[in-house]
Amino acid sequence: MPLPATATATATKATAIDRTTFEYRRPTLAALARLAGRAALPGLLATLAGCENAPTAVAPARPAKPAPVIDISDPRQEADAMRVSTLDARRVDRVSFGVDAALLQQVGRLGWERWLDAQLHPGPAALPAAVGERIARMRIVREPLEARVRADVAQRKAADAIADDEQKKAAQRQAQKSLETQADEADQRWLLQAVNSPDQVRERMVWFWVNHFSIGRNKANLRAFVGDYEAALRAHALGRFRELLEASVFNPAMLRYLDNERNAAGQVNENYARELLELHTLGVDAGYTQADVQEMARVLTGLGLRVEPGDARLRPEQQAQYVHSGLLEFNPARHDAGDKTVLGQSVHAAGVTEIRQVLDRLARNPATARHLSTQIARYFVGDAASPALVERMTQRWLATDGDIAAVLKTLFTAPEFDATLGRHFKDPWEYVVSATRLAYDGSVVLDAAPLQAGLRQLGEAPFGHETPEGYSAAESAWASPGQMTARFDVARNLVGGNGNGNAALFRVDGMPAPAGPTKARVESAAWLRTQAPRSSEATRQALDATLATHPGDWAWAALVAPEFMRN
Amino acid sequence: MHRRHFLHAGARAALAKGLASGLASGLASGLAGGLALHGTRTWAAPAGAALDTRLLVVFLRGAYDACNVLVPQTSFYAESRPNIALGRPGSGTGAALAFDGDWALTPALQATLYPRILAGEVAFVPFAGIADLSRSHFETQDRVELGLPLPGDALPPGMARPDASQGFLNRLAQELGARLDSDQRVMAFTDRLPIALQGRRMVANMSLGRTARPATDARQAALLQQMYAGTTLERGVQEGLDTQRQVAAEMAAEMGADKGGRNAVSARGFDLEATRIAHLMREQVRIGFVDVGGWDTHVAQGGATGALAQRIADLSRGLDSFARELGPAWRDTVVVVISEFGRTFRENGNRGTDHGHGSAAWVLGGAVQGGVHGEQVALTGPAALNQGRDWPVLTDYRSLFGGLFQKMYGLDAAQLQRVFPGAAPRDLKLV
Repeated sequence: MPLPATATATATKATAIDRTTFEYRRPTLAALARLAGRAALPGLLATLAGCENAPTAVAPARPAKPAPVIDISDPRQEADAMRVSTLDARRVDRVSFGVDAALLQQVGRLGWERWLDAQLHPGPAALPAAVGERIARMRIVREPLEARVRADVAQRKAADAIADDEQKKAAQRQAQKSLETQADEADQRWLLQAVNSPDQVRERMVWFWVNHFSIGRNKANLRAFVGDYEAALRAHALGRFRELLEASVFNPAMLRYLDNERNAAGQVNENYARELLELHTLGVDAGYTQADVQEMARVLTGLGLRVEPGDARLRPEQQAQYVHSGLLEFNPARHDAGDKTVLGQSVHAAGVTEIRQVLDRLARNPATARHLSTQIARYFVGDAASPALVERMTQRWLATDGDIAAVLKTLFTAPEFDATLGRHFKDPWEYVVSATRLAYDGSVVLDAAPLQAGLRQLGEAPFGHETPEGYSAAESAWASPGQMTARFDVARNLVGGNGNGNAALFRVDGMPAPAGPTKARVESAAWLRTQAPRSSEATRQALDATLATHPGDWAWAALVAPEFMRN
Repeated sequence: MHRRHFLHAGARAALAKGLASGLASGLASGLAGGLALHGTRTWAAPAGAALDTRLLVVFLRGAYDACNVLVPQTSFYAESRPNIALGRPGSGTGAALAFDGDWALTPALQATLYPRILAGEVAFVPFAGIADLSRSHFETQDRVELGLPLPGDALPPGMARPDASQGFLNRLAQELGARLDSDQRVMAFTDRLPIALQGRRMVANMSLGRTARPATDARQAALLQQMYAGTTLERGVQEGLDTQRQVAAEMAAEMGADKGGRNAVSARGFDLEATRIAHLMREQVRIGFVDVGGWDTHVAQGGATGALAQRIADLSRGLDSFARELGPAWRDTVVVVISEFGRTFRENGNRGTDHGHGSAAWVLGGAVQGGVHGEQVALTGPAALNQGRDWPVLTDYRSLFGGLFQKMYGLDAAQLQRVFPGAAPRDLKLV
């Protein structure tokens, strides 16, 4: 622990940041009163006193009563954060959805490489208790997918059978609403983790993989499926690509989205087979042919969904090959029983085993290593990802049999990575989540509706890409005039009028208001370590003038500055 | 078997046939009363004159099934689509609409664009598309929007390697250069700037599907300009702030319009978007782009009614509103509707269609020469199909656009080569 003796630590806690020297000073009582609001001052002082023996490494327990509204939730953490080098702060800023004081404190303690290793091999998710509680209430958590889908189907059937038109319409709307609620819960759960989780590298990779194996919510009843899909990929986000690939292939959401549930011997549907080769593994220029796509489709025949409880009726010799787990079904009666040839290699007819054999080959193919390394490098570094860097990642991929964490380490510790810091243009998710994390550093965000709205407005809603290539990582796809003005509006909505905060972020029916500030923050350690050092003279002047004349606009202005668009 | 013919069916022929096939009298009187008289227009105003010409490109993302919109009148068609084929004109409920001897139209157009089609304001170019055979939505959409030679195509001697970071509409805007004066805009009506409009010329984008929120105030706009001055994003931010002001003014006018107006209140979805696009193009926008999704009908696409018919009805309602709202400027406007590729000629095992090849482009405008244009092949048997499964591509989309741009803007050969390197423009007599 880098803090010195207790007496000094106590003094450090009762400080505010001096923005001109980037050091700490003891605030006047008047300043504290201004920060805290007169009514809350006794509460603030009590909190500061109570902090004295609080362990800093452990997430604080939920307080019994709401904490007072102050600008700095944990001054000790802020002090630690200010000691981190600008280089490390900016590295962390890029591999995460934006730095906060907690991440800076961690990297200050461990050093960049050890911090990175910890992020690349995280334990079980350590979410703030209130977020865990919020998530535990969700229907998508309480009820398994197959039960929800069966209930939805029954509800829809019952609605369709109603004779009276008005009653029927109302019942059908109810059935639609059930789907909407499940998709909304999926968005919420995902975004609440992205914004609150300390395992930020995992959060970035969850986004990357969900986008890599992109599915669109608007097809059929996929709104019921998207939450489980995200969770399935999340489990392997930093693991082995082969297992991740398996999680996407043997997933009812993917099989429905790309029509493989319709792909059967004698009525082949190539849709999934093509995207599996083109988007998910080899890449479009890998040299496979239309014949390979057709053969791949034959391999995949019979893999689909079964919503009805109970197994399909099969001839005895087919029963051994039959798989039915949750909604997933492999039905040998629908599978093409002939031998196949994919990418010049023969595949002997063996039911579901064939699929795994071909996935093994695809996952180990150098074209897959190169395609995925390119995609990952572009996601973090942007258009400037160099071929040499991609080549080193590809070699690491092949040497480690697709160990995602190992490939990421090669990327994050490359000289090219440091050399391009501050040049990568954030996509809307990076922008919206990092803006929220900066503006409400130290607070627990309990409701992600404002983030959902922002992402819709910026054109990157969760599961909102209709076609399977997912959202683009290119700057040119996001830096358009309309996107810029939309970001200015979204930032305004996130910080609220006059910087007073967006109350919707902290309000959930039936839950107590969370601890921590609910006003947008000004000049936090995270901002001072990552943004201030690289702000242009024009930005500095604009922000100084704003602080002097329209202080309520400062948080907005900081989030719309050109430097905040990049990491 | 492989009958090829050239057909430049003019508007008058189509109109005559349509009327002869038995139009309801109400429709005929609506035609006479409501639609602008068709005539010639002189395109390509001399360099230096203000640019009246307007171009809107509508991209149907997902590959729409052209074959169930512009319907070949052959028995091979009906045989290939046992569940989803449209009946011949006059064959009862759900029958296709009469168009010309070789083609009929989906009844989904009946209530909206059909009168304009019969009036010769809509041209169709069947067998249009791109030579790319990847059958990948994404790759093909990107390639269409880039408008460059495909990998492996021979480039004309001496031609530099084309810049693959710019789309063809952006290159067009660059060629028009100073003819688009400072008030006139190029704009994508989309949340994200499409590849077609990416490039050196700064292009604004804003989706008009939602109702705009109040823009940044003047002090905040000045603050933004100060911070972005000298950065690579400076011009984009300026363009964005200007556009936001303009759109906000348009929507304020919409709110102020008569409450019983047909568009301000009742229009939804693409109809609402198209109405707003028309208002902006009536004023300052000269080149526009919008995309419409929901065309990837692998499963249960329907026939005269159903998923595809509904999408086509929504699209054509919007295009009809667009034409009406442009007012007199409709005569200076060309709308081109394209999709990345067509779909399989035969229906698949799920009463849908899979990724195919040739599509049909629509070209609409107050001074367009209606009817069916471009090289055609009679779809009488598998030999007429690409790889025995899809419509062939007989008109490259770059030739189609090139020919249009030549007429509309008077671009010379060198300029057209910069917009579409390595492609020869083809005059399909569309305008």
